[in-house]
Amino acid sequence: MKEFMLLFRGGDFRENNLSPEHLQAHMQHWKTWMEEMGKNGHAPTGSPLEAEGKLIKGTNAVVSDGPFTEGKEIIGGYLLIKANDLEQATQLSKGCPVLEMEDGIVEVRAIQIMNM
Amino acid sequence: LQTQQQINQLAEHLFRTEYGKIVSTLVRIFGTGQLSVAEDIVQDTMVLALKQWSFGPLPPNPSAWLYVVAKNKAIDYLRREKNSKKITSDIAYLLASEYTLSTTVNTIFTEEGIRDSQLRMMFALCHPSLSVDAQITLILKTLCGFGNDEIAKALITNTENINKRLYRAKEKLRESKELPQVPIGNALIERVDAVQKSIYLLFNEGYHSSSTVDKLIRHDLCLEAMRLCLFLIEYEPTNLPQVNALLALMCFNTSRFNARESADGEIILYPNQNRELWDKALIKRGDYYLNMASVGNQVTAYHIEAAIASYYCHSPSFNQTDWPAILQLYTVLARLNPSPIVTLNMAIAMAYGGDVAKAIDIVLAIPQLKKNHLYQATLGDLYALLGNNEKACQYYKNALLITNNIEEKKLFEKKIINLN
Repeated sequence: MKEFMLLFRGGDFRENNLSPEHLQAHMQHWKTWMEEMGKNGHAPTGSPLEAEGKLIKGTNAVVSDGPFTEGKEIIGGYLLIKANDLEQATQLSKGCPVLEMEDGIVEVRAIQIMNM
Repeated sequence: LQTQQQINQLAEHLFRTEYGKIVSTLVRIFGTGQLSVAEDIVQDTMVLALKQWSFGPLPPNPSAWLYVVAKNKAIDYLRREKNSKKITSDIAYLLASEYTLSTTVNTIFTEEGIRDSQLRMMFALCHPSLSVDAQITLILKTLCGFGNDEIAKALITNTENINKRLYRAKEKLRESKELPQVPIGNALIERVDAVQKSIYLLFNEGYHSSSTVDKLIRHDLCLEAMRLCLFLIEYEPTNLPQVNALLALMCFNTSRFNARESADGEIILYPNQNRELWDKALIKRGDYYLNMASVGNQVTAYHIEAAIASYYCHSPSFNQTDWPAILQLYTVLARLNPSPIVTLNMAIAMAYGGDVAKAIDIVLAIPQLKKNHLYQATLGDLYALLGNNEKACQYYKNALLITNNIEEKKLFEKKIINLN
């Protein structure tokens, strides 16, 4: 199996003003989705990210504060998973609860193997 | 405001009842290698409870308060250790991600999750791969919330021995990595059998241990065994007839607990017990569970032992005891569960039923028990019944030489004096 990184943009439960009950249900969906992947050997690891952060740019390492771009384009979290190929990783990503919100985006990228 | 004493009492009571629940739940979450961590978290939670409750009003639901605090401490621990590989449960990966950590822990800290954890722990501790001593020690420590010194007192050994025993048992437990799921179907029934055996041993530890052990501790052991058995009955898949039979047996025997010794600790045998001291309410509970045990078509040794105990509890006086019925039950028991002790008890019932000579023949034919003081004392009783005081005296003297227990020595000496 190969390793893939799922990057989540938008669909942020903090920005979408979910009611406590809705939020609880939403987090339950995360558990169900992750549990399913775990049981099938996809070994998901990763966490949501705080909205705040720093950008460090270029050879001078110039530091600036976030937010970096528009809210929905901030990376809100990430997961590493194992899958047979990009096709399967994409299929698995379709179940991600980030997509329960209109502005949710999942980006699926294979980890590149560097043979030097 | 609560007095400090009231709070201490409440905490002690809560500690006993909630300790096993919370430790089991934490071990279900962390994995079996973290039993000591789970124990520490519960300990810290209790200390915090004592501190907070001493300075403010009691929380409306003290148990729920303990769960919330223990849960939060567990989550802190999981965050700290998420990359350490210490967490070995099947759900470790869900605990390592912030997407699922809280939800997963919350799901297990529910009524159902706590009960499931307790059952898992019970089955794990009563696994035949652990020695009987280890099982009982772990049950007392982990499920019943006994302190190491209390366990040492109850099992008549020293605290250092208990520490060592617990250390080895924990190492053994660690091997399974996680608390195994509660089995289903026939596998469940097989494993319940092992759990019942441990509960029965725990009970006997309290019921039959020498009277040098503090009476309160012995009584506590009996009650804890009954509580664990009741826990199995309250869960539908383990509410089996044989489990009800075991609880009935323990209710009947415990009902006579206070009549078995005098105020100064002297042993009082069944014929001389003051029946007014028998606990009628417990006998009623026994009747109820024996009735619940009478479904299905399987008759276990627990059924027979409970039925025998029921005859003892319900006979209006020693002379009116239905010895033929008891003898018949012992005959069945000897077939189901042959052991020298069962044969010995069968012979006693036979002798009280009138056939003393045959009873003596039977007892003399159990050579395995020759070094057992109860065996020698029984022969003394039987020869006394027969009117052969000389032989009776000899056997009582044998018994006297074997036992180290002061109360038993007193009993045998008294018997010898009564003969002359």
